[in-house]
Amino acid sequence: MTKNFWTNLVWGVGPIILGLILTTLALVAVGANPLQAYQSMWNGAFGNTAKFGDLILVWVPLLLASVGLLITFTAGLWNIGIEGQIVMGAIFTAWAARAFDFPSIILIPLLFLAGMLGGALWALLAGVLKTYGKVHEIFGGLGLNFIATAVTLYLIIGPWKLPGIASTSGTESFRPAAWLPTLPGLSVGPIEITVALVSLVLVYFALRGTLWGLKLKAIGKNTRSAFWIGVPTTRYMLGAFALCGVFAGMAGTVQAIGVWHRLIPSISGGYGYLGILVVLLSGFQALGVPFVAFFFSAVSKGSVALPLDLNIDSSLGGVLQGIIVLLVVLSQGVRARWQRASAAARVDSTILAAPVTRAAEE
Amino acid sequence: MRLELKNIHKYFGSLHANDDISLTVESGTIYGLLGENGAGKSTLMKVLSGFIHREGGEILLDGKSVEFKSPAEAIRAGVGMLHQDPLDLPPLRVLDNFLLGREDGFLQDRSKALADLKKYSAQFGFDIAPDALVSALTVGERQQLEIMRLLSLGAKILIFDEPTTGISLPQKIKLFETLRLLAKQGMTVIFVTHKLEDAQDLCGKVTVLRLGKVTGEVTRPFTTDQLVKLMFGQSLAASQRETIALGEPVLELRDLCVADFRLRVPNINLQVRAAEVIGLAGIEGSGQRLFLRACAGLDRPAGGELWINGAKINRQAYHRFLDSGIVYLPAGRLEEGLVPGLNLTEHLILAKRSKEFFVNWNLAQTQAQERIKEYSIRGAPESRVEALSGGNQQRALLALLQPNLKLILLEHPTRGLDIESTMWVWRQLLERRRRGTAIVFASADLDEIFEYSDRILVFSGGRVAKALNAKETSVTQLGELIGGKGL
Repeated sequence: MTKNFWTNLVWGVGPIILGLILTTLALVAVGANPLQAYQSMWNGAFGNTAKFGDLILVWVPLLLASVGLLITFTAGLWNIGIEGQIVMGAIFTAWAARAFDFPSIILIPLLFLAGMLGGALWALLAGVLKTYGKVHEIFGGLGLNFIATAVTLYLIIGPWKLPGIASTSGTESFRPAAWLPTLPGLSVGPIEITVALVSLVLVYFALRGTLWGLKLKAIGKNTRSAFWIGVPTTRYMLGAFALCGVFAGMAGTVQAIGVWHRLIPSISGGYGYLGILVVLLSGFQALGVPFVAFFFSAVSKGSVALPLDLNIDSSLGGVLQGIIVLLVVLSQGVRARWQRASAAARVDSTILAAPVTRAAEE
Repeated sequence: MRLELKNIHKYFGSLHANDDISLTVESGTIYGLLGENGAGKSTLMKVLSGFIHREGGEILLDGKSVEFKSPAEAIRAGVGMLHQDPLDLPPLRVLDNFLLGREDGFLQDRSKALADLKKYSAQFGFDIAPDALVSALTVGERQQLEIMRLLSLGAKILIFDEPTTGISLPQKIKLFETLRLLAKQGMTVIFVTHKLEDAQDLCGKVTVLRLGKVTGEVTRPFTTDQLVKLMFGQSLAASQRETIALGEPVLELRDLCVADFRLRVPNINLQVRAAEVIGLAGIEGSGQRLFLRACAGLDRPAGGELWINGAKINRQAYHRFLDSGIVYLPAGRLEEGLVPGLNLTEHLILAKRSKEFFVNWNLAQTQAQERIKEYSIRGAPESRVEALSGGNQQRALLALLQPNLKLILLEHPTRGLDIESTMWVWRQLLERRRRGTAIVFASADLDEIFEYSDRILVFSGGRVAKALNAKETSVTQLGELIGGKGL
């Protein structure tokens, strides 16, 4: 093993271990037994086949959102608006599920298409705001997220309210033909798993092997230079938004017809924001995404068991996820700084120290 | 306050920006520091005002050696500098800016500051509303504010770096009046400029810098001719080049106007013919970059007409310029040309602008290998561009150009390159020219302009002189035009 391998390993695994230690300290601080807590989380996620199925049902939408984000991150875009894009996907799906009465075999593909369209349109809006309106995608996306949530609430207590009562608990359940079929004894089914895996593979190869992917990468690394070389940057950025929206919309579809079978106020499940963390933690690489998403799903699902077993709030899962991402990003920053410092030290030892700066031009 | 600089040295990497500079300035005088771009004027003044640190030499104020770690320390010792782009805070109000840098403690005495501001305004006849936003002021007014701020902080030596670049004529007259008044009050005024006339109008004594060294010192009375000789040297030999028959017009500009928020250059008329080389001379920031970018279709011109290959361009679309064989090579190689993080192969694939969907990586790799050899780039197909040296980055940029171009526009094609790379770049360009490509380039190096241009276009102070025939132009003539004389 080379020295390089070990350094990489330390930098990669170190923050995760440190994150576990910090979370353990937090557990001790609130007077809980850390071992019991981790045990409870493990059982919550992997305790039996049914629980594992629930875990996969979390993994699928999270993976779809993360796959979409790989595209926008490659183009250097912070698509915070992905939450709203998931919500819009769910809303379009819900509309189609209420409007059409077809057998499953036709209806379900149609519902996916509706979700893709909803997500894409909402994402395109953020893209147009950025490219033509000069609104940074973080602010535009954040605003659109609030609007998407407001639209959901309006639909739930307004036009799509339960007969007789107005309740924020959600709309009526969709007709069973619109439900995603499940594997026996599980909450998850083959369709959504296939969709998620195919999406991952497609995006992996598209980003890696196509001219389209290369152009997105160039835009993400330096938009001005990419434009100079001849990449139509505006068009490609809009495309990246729309395509991310397509995958986010599919996540919304799965949430609507695979998980809840109706529209509820928090239909996105927060998987958009969580997806951003997943992609950050994967170092923006497609290969890492399914594993990190799996880990996050397990933590999310596992922490649900905490209040029942140990009377600890389930937000502990979020704490663990947040701490690990922060530490990983922090360790990358520290590492870059450390490497720069040692590189500078090497240059210093030669006679010509500082690089030619702009000041030299004056 | 009497100022002495003794044997100042400053390096930027391998560049010796200030090479053993010594000078003395008496109080109550206006002292000129004259030189071309890159002569080392601004560097010297930044050393004096504590912005950057020198690598050798001594600064003496009234005979006492001083050492500044920051501009704040310099101000406390009485040295204040007005930068070319005023270093104020445009979103704040005039009075807030005036208060910047004071050390009143936590609570500000705004009423005293207001009184101070009014006192100085009355003294110099400035008229700036204390509650106006700085962003609403003209550059001239911002300079006035900065003068008052520096004086209120106790500056005795005031440095003005190219103060007449962005201001109107009435403001310039007012500024000169103010500078004379400052000198009369016993202040030491250092006036940094590249404009011959300004130096002649204002300064009692002028030191000329060239390539980081003092080339001479003159005291009133002096002539422009003396200054030009000191500024540009006498080394420029007439160029000896093969003559190539010029072809059809490639690019034609009719009353073209280029502009950005601070500069407007109207009425540019020019016809560039195939195989012609045109050099753009002038102090940097006089509009050459705007001109090049407009001709390349990267920026929309502010007015006038642009004709390419005999057809008028109505809708500016960059890809149409690329399709017509017109390309621009920017000076910021890693900022606006190459994509840091991508390797040479990836750049070459992108530059082909092909319509294929899948990338044939093996083929691309082989082609990149060939191109690297052809352009003698020291690097491999998988080398990332940011890891290449400046000269190799420039070679990489040239390698991205397609064959049979109509027109290449270049901004500082050889800046920062060593002699070997410089020669290589020009061999490439001249080879393309032999095959009929027209070349338009901006350079701060007059030797380069004379050596390669058929015609020379001088940019100065928002104007463009009629294109000069390079063979019939003398250094003095060109120097005077660059300095804004005779335009």
